[in-house]
Amino acid sequence: MNELSSPRAAALRATRSPLVDCDIHPRLRSPADLKPYLTERWWQHWQSYGYRRRHGFVKGHPFPKAHPVDGMRRDSFPPDGSMPGSDLDFMRAQYLDPCGVTHGVMNVLSPTGAGETNAEFSAAMASAANDWQVEAWTRREPRLHASICVPYEDPEASVREIRRRADDPSFCQILLLSRTAEALGRRRYWPIYAAAEEVGLPIGIHVFGYSGHAATNTGWPSFYIEEMAEHGTSCSALLTSFVMEGVFERFPKLKLVLIEAGFGWLPSLAWRLDKVWARMRDEVPHVIRPPSEILKTHLWVTTQPMEEPDPPKPQHLLDTMGWIGWDRIMFASDYPHWDFDDPDRAIPPMLDPATKARIRHGNAEAVYDFARRR
Amino acid sequence: MHRLAGAIDCDLHPEVPPVAALLPYLDGHWADAMVERGIESLDGASYPPNVPFCCRPDGRGATGLAGLRAATLDAWGLSAGILNPLFGVHLVFNADMAVALARALNDWIAAEYLDRDPRLRASIVLPLQSVPDAVAEIERLAGDRRFVQVLVPAMWEVPYGRRSLWPVWEAAAKHGLPLGIHAGSAYRHPPTSLGWPSYQLEDYAAQSLGFQSQVGSLLTEGVFQQIPALTVVLIESGVSWMPSYLWRLGKFWRGVRSEVPWLAESPASIARRHVRMTTAPFDTPDDPALVTRLMDQLGSEAMLLFASDWPHWHWDGAAPPRPPGFSDAAFRRIAQENAQATYPRLMQAVTA
Repeated sequence: MNELSSPRAAALRATRSPLVDCDIHPRLRSPADLKPYLTERWWQHWQSYGYRRRHGFVKGHPFPKAHPVDGMRRDSFPPDGSMPGSDLDFMRAQYLDPCGVTHGVMNVLSPTGAGETNAEFSAAMASAANDWQVEAWTRREPRLHASICVPYEDPEASVREIRRRADDPSFCQILLLSRTAEALGRRRYWPIYAAAEEVGLPIGIHVFGYSGHAATNTGWPSFYIEEMAEHGTSCSALLTSFVMEGVFERFPKLKLVLIEAGFGWLPSLAWRLDKVWARMRDEVPHVIRPPSEILKTHLWVTTQPMEEPDPPKPQHLLDTMGWIGWDRIMFASDYPHWDFDDPDRAIPPMLDPATKARIRHGNAEAVYDFARRR
Repeated sequence: MHRLAGAIDCDLHPEVPPVAALLPYLDGHWADAMVERGIESLDGASYPPNVPFCCRPDGRGATGLAGLRAATLDAWGLSAGILNPLFGVHLVFNADMAVALARALNDWIAAEYLDRDPRLRASIVLPLQSVPDAVAEIERLAGDRRFVQVLVPAMWEVPYGRRSLWPVWEAAAKHGLPLGIHAGSAYRHPPTSLGWPSYQLEDYAAQSLGFQSQVGSLLTEGVFQQIPALTVVLIESGVSWMPSYLWRLGKFWRGVRSEVPWLAESPASIARRHVRMTTAPFDTPDDPALVTRLMDQLGSEAMLLFASDWPHWHWDGAAPPRPPGFSDAAFRRIAQENAQATYPRLMQAVTA
């Protein structure tokens, strides 16, 4: 069952290069874990009113996932039955140690106040989630790095939270979700990017969240499989917004990391944007470079979940990765979610060792300043 | 002989008629209502008439049948052209008004275009606002073999896989009419799932996202299991997103196919049999080697149908270029044979 202990796996471990995982999901054991970091007012508010997140479900999700507890690996429950991702020792034993994780970037998805409509509650939850990441995780495990949760629908409050955390080396990026009330390139979010440039941290955008709009531009789909597939379309609209609003002209040092969005759709998006920009650039005179060039300068993508050629032809995947750029792709496992990628198996085996090493750690080391921890 | 001689152009646009042009084809109440209420235009916001991509610099004066004929059919020696009118039936909220306008538009195009040039074919514009009336419009016109497909916009109120719409697709398939999905939105939802973008070019870029969502919906809802005879033609979709989109859908299908158990084979396999795309725009760099690799990813040249999208401005010069890297033989297949295989009524009418 545990192939990580097989002789073959041991041989693999002996030869492998350092590993940066750009997407690990720690989770609360229970909501009470956040209580020490919330005022009595917000703790009571949370208990009474819960979240208001631009969808209709009090518990659970509009598109129920295929696995329990927000889509967890069934073998990721710690021995005491607590929540997957909530037990550092078990995470070390199941994942960090056997897979050889050198650095892991934590992205807390919930509860962080992300997308919450009550701005003050959103800000209180984000700050509590950041306190908890430091106390429960980064203080205890030097391999793990936190992402600053921000109440992104309130950019001014987000800037306050970014500045509050900026000098703490526990944090390696600023975390946004992809489905936001407006596309993230729009000006209302620019204070967040100004602060990111100011403190020198990349912006990580993890998929999910709720925009309040239908999950497609032709209405609500029916299935979870569609919700996942549609991250490609919503992230396409997101990157279009970043490029056409001129975010990178205004913030030339900004680094953007797209997390768990796949990457197969990126080349065709860039080609399409180049064409519409060439035809209609008089509408966006502030965009002075071809969109494909802008994306190749400012955007990085993560591997999981990796689109796979159908029928399975390895060269097709290599072509697509090459069109994106070998310096742009970073490994992510998504531990402990059901669609976890094992770093020894998920990176295409036909790649040469140098390219594998770039995906395993080199590219991420160019984006994240992990040395801040030392 | 022109290099396009004999080609079938699967996306030609007659000028969007002003409402006044349809008055003779509207029944008394609706003709009166259009005048009384001052409804003069149903141009959609997906195609503002003066935006650069909507009208070629050399197409601005070429109005009406004479202009279209001179610029396309005659100039290129086409054997046939399929007309897709972009009049905004889909924009209307009042179902009765939409039904009246759809009938008038379809009768207008038959009288003003199809009756006047035997090379022309047209799509039946559907009033999806009312499913029974959309079915009735198909039944009303199915006897006219010059109508070769039904036409709906890329973005509607619900994704096209939804069961409420199956009677419409069943009626189309019964009569050998492919479901043509053309770029454009009814604006029941914002142009992106993240709301209203700032710029027209973002709206246009997002058209291809609507096509992706429609393909995902049609496949995952099991439309092609329910209606095996249905062919879907994506018109002005951009093409190059298709391979990776099918990989993406297939990846999640392998993971969670228990959610859609009627999907007994990979979405890519089903799409290659049932989905077709027109070649303008063709969203790739002008790099033959790259396009050759992309076409290998697509895995089926039979999915492509030649189109100029005239008078929309995707290409420069006097005639649409062939996609980069296509041989003479490959281009002949996408310009003739694939269209003949996709549109059964096209050949019946041509040979009649």
